[in-house]
Amino acid sequence: MPLLASIVLLAQLPTGTVVVSPDGPVRTLARALELAPEGGRVVVRPGVYREATVRVTRPVEIAGDSGAVLDGEDHRQLMTITADDVTIRGLAFRRVGASFNEDRAAVKVVGARRCRIEDNEVEDGFFGIYLARTTGCRVVNNRLRARGRTEVTSGNGIHLWSSDSALIEGNTISGFRDGIYFEFVRGSVIRGNASGGNIRYGLHFMYSDGCHYRANVFRGNGSGVAVMYSRDVEMTGNRFEDNRGSAAYGLLLKEMADSRLVGNTFIRSTTGLVAEGADRLEARDNDFIDDGWAVRLTASSGGARFTGNNFIGNTFDVTTNSRQAFSTFEGNYWASYRGYDLDRDGYGDVPHRPVRLFSLIVEHNEPSLVLLRSLFVRVLDAAERVVPALTPEGLADARPAMRPLARQTPVAAR
Amino acid sequence: MIEMRGVSKSFGRVRVLDALDLSLRPGRITAVVGPNAAGKTTLIRILLGLVHADAGEITLDGAPLAADGSSRGRIGYMPQIARFPENLTARELLELVTSLRENPPVVDRSLLDAFGLEPELAQPLRTLSGGTRQKVNAALALLFAPDVLVLDEPTAGLDPVSSGILKDRILEERARGRTVLITSHIMSELEELADDVAFLVDGRIRFAGPVAELKARTRQANLERAIAHLMIREAA
Amino acid sequence: MSRFAALGRVARCQLRDVARSRWVIAYALFFAAITDALIRFGGGGERAMLSLVDIVLFVVPLVTLVFGTTYLYNAREFVELILAQPVRRGAVFGGLYLGLAVPLSLGFAAGVGLPFLFHGATDAYAQLGALVGVGVLLTLVFSAVALLIAIRADDRLRGVALAIGAWLLMAVVYDGLVLLAVSLFADYPLERPLLAAMLANPVDLARVALLLRFDTAALLGYTGAVLRQVLGGPAGMLLALGALVLWAVAPLALAARAFARRDF
Repeated sequence: MPLLASIVLLAQLPTGTVVVSPDGPVRTLARALELAPEGGRVVVRPGVYREATVRVTRPVEIAGDSGAVLDGEDHRQLMTITADDVTIRGLAFRRVGASFNEDRAAVKVVGARRCRIEDNEVEDGFFGIYLARTTGCRVVNNRLRARGRTEVTSGNGIHLWSSDSALIEGNTISGFRDGIYFEFVRGSVIRGNASGGNIRYGLHFMYSDGCHYRANVFRGNGSGVAVMYSRDVEMTGNRFEDNRGSAAYGLLLKEMADSRLVGNTFIRSTTGLVAEGADRLEARDNDFIDDGWAVRLTASSGGARFTGNNFIGNTFDVTTNSRQAFSTFEGNYWASYRGYDLDRDGYGDVPHRPVRLFSLIVEHNEPSLVLLRSLFVRVLDAAERVVPALTPEGLADARPAMRPLARQTPVAAR
Repeated sequence: MIEMRGVSKSFGRVRVLDALDLSLRPGRITAVVGPNAAGKTTLIRILLGLVHADAGEITLDGAPLAADGSSRGRIGYMPQIARFPENLTARELLELVTSLRENPPVVDRSLLDAFGLEPELAQPLRTLSGGTRQKVNAALALLFAPDVLVLDEPTAGLDPVSSGILKDRILEERARGRTVLITSHIMSELEELADDVAFLVDGRIRFAGPVAELKARTRQANLERAIAHLMIREAA
Repeated sequence: MSRFAALGRVARCQLRDVARSRWVIAYALFFAAITDALIRFGGGGERAMLSLVDIVLFVVPLVTLVFGTTYLYNAREFVELILAQPVRRGAVFGGLYLGLAVPLSLGFAAGVGLPFLFHGATDAYAQLGALVGVGVLLTLVFSAVALLIAIRADDRLRGVALAIGAWLLMAVVYDGLVLLAVSLFADYPLERPLLAAMLANPVDLARVALLLRFDTAALLGYTGAVLRQVLGGPAGMLLALGALVLWAVAPLALAARAFARRDF
């Protein structure tokens, strides 16, 4: 009788579509995948489905109605995809459960091409969406949430390992160890995501050359965003916000070569940008606003160029651990600039030295920060500005802008 | 009756008063005289509690001066130079010192009236002439009908008419049985007023007693010469 | 006559005198002009408030010390007059102190507060409250220090020089010495001793207590975190306020004792 019923059902729907529902003839995704033809479609009706890890081994589309929930009951991976051309859309994944011996995920894609993970919801994930050895996958408009407490007991929201040509777009990720994790990824794009409130990094990015990420918002992550050991990375129009803590920063660039950082906003963070060994970094048209330290450059960052950036309301605009200057600054706006513009070309006539003596003192001995904004420190800074004795001589902006540099959208509105 | 026993005071190494004994009797005017820097002003200031004595005792009618300053309610003090808060008017000043006393104090405005000060009371004190300020100063000392009057160069800066009014008033106070202490450089004035003389040199009393006795002892006809005689003997 | 009634009379009289002296009005107008300008051109936001903090920490101690010292020299006649009246010295001293501290506090509070009320332009009433509160406390502290100096130093010029010296010491030199100590003992954990050093100087204490009301302090890494932990919360604010009150009470007690013993 069940067989007859399914035949009847099949007859009523477009060819190749199998419907899963809690009270219908097909009650598990596993059964539906057995029934669905290659390239066919599985429609999941509202309801909570509790079954062994769903294995997708043939090209198929699984589409959930609103309210279709796959529940892992805190002890299993929910779905494993090993076939090419699989689409997962509109499903809610619940309760993956932490694991110490496997990278357990809501959806794991291994060795597949052209997967599409779209419009899904992950609630209480350990790992959320996990892509290993994939090519040309799209992870779009998913909402992922986890409630991890420590780095050890939580996984990453969107995790890519050894993949290429991926598109990660429009996802919202919070509460994981790292919001988005890239390791050995090539030629991929991360765009328009919001990754905030994750335990460690909003974006953790390593050994991934030739990638772009743009127009993402990284807010209030434990450490911030770390982009490391990669070359030719383009970072545009992102916002790095509210990263506070004794070692927190908006963006850490470590051992990076030939990267471009354009039109980003670094706001209200302990440190906006940390560059450790960032060679030939091009930082242009960024806004550094209300940060503790806007830019922290180590001597190992050679040939960085800062142009057209706004530095407004930061306690320290630029600090460095060296008297040598390996970076150039030109045409930036410094709210703390005290020069004048007699020739009225919009740029100050005397160079601006963004490194304060006090910031060097703090660099050597952090507790001296208690003297911040004291009169003595002001006098000290003023004296150093007149006769630079300790701050890097070469680190100066010869053409400081007199007014904040306009952006396509006003700073305040973004 | 004021009794001072063994009152001593040093400013740094300078001994200004040295175990000084002095009685001021009621119904009598005692003139304290002596060369400059003899300790007259310090004596007065100790009496008022402005300066703390290093040693000694002062009693008012047999009781030590009260620690809370309430004895000063019975002392009318006219300082040598009238130094007032500049921004106050004379009326505010009178109101202020009135308000600092037990309520309601006996207020005697007769000297104000005698000086014809009423029209000046609305003026800020800094705009008043030196003479007028001295009149306010005198009126202030007598405002609360004090048992004891301490007058430091009272007629300095006063015109003859006002000076006369004040001296008459001092004599009236004596007649009422007040104890009066006065200092002055004008010996004729003291001749006119004083019953007793205390002659002070280097912080010690060299003579204390009735004026008549001083004259008799120095065989001089008037007070000025008697004092001069003492001073010359002191210098010798 | 109760001592408090006498104290009140002396205070009221001095208050009237100080208020009339135009200095306090100029003082209030100065803060009003600065505050107004910061609201108009700085937007009244956190950055404008921080600028105001800098100005308050600079101006309040300096003006209070110099004005307070000369105040007592100017009031000398008044003091002598009052001391010849049947009042306790303690009451006169209390009245003098209030007559100095109250108009300065009111002038300061009005100067800073009224422009904000007038513009209705702040989302930071808690910070404004902290700023006004700490400014008033600083006024109380330095009024006491000023009186102590003026009572102990007979000569006006010497007194004013001492007042400026005291200001330089607390507002500038002290921090220089702290910085020197920090560099000398760089190898030791310094957060706690530094915190103690900040508590021991009213200008530093006021500065740190105020900075902690601002977002800026949240962005200062480990040291900021330690400061916030100790002085940041309501308990920390109480500690800071308590220390400032102590800073007002100690010189006030010394000044009262000096005043009681002084010869006029």
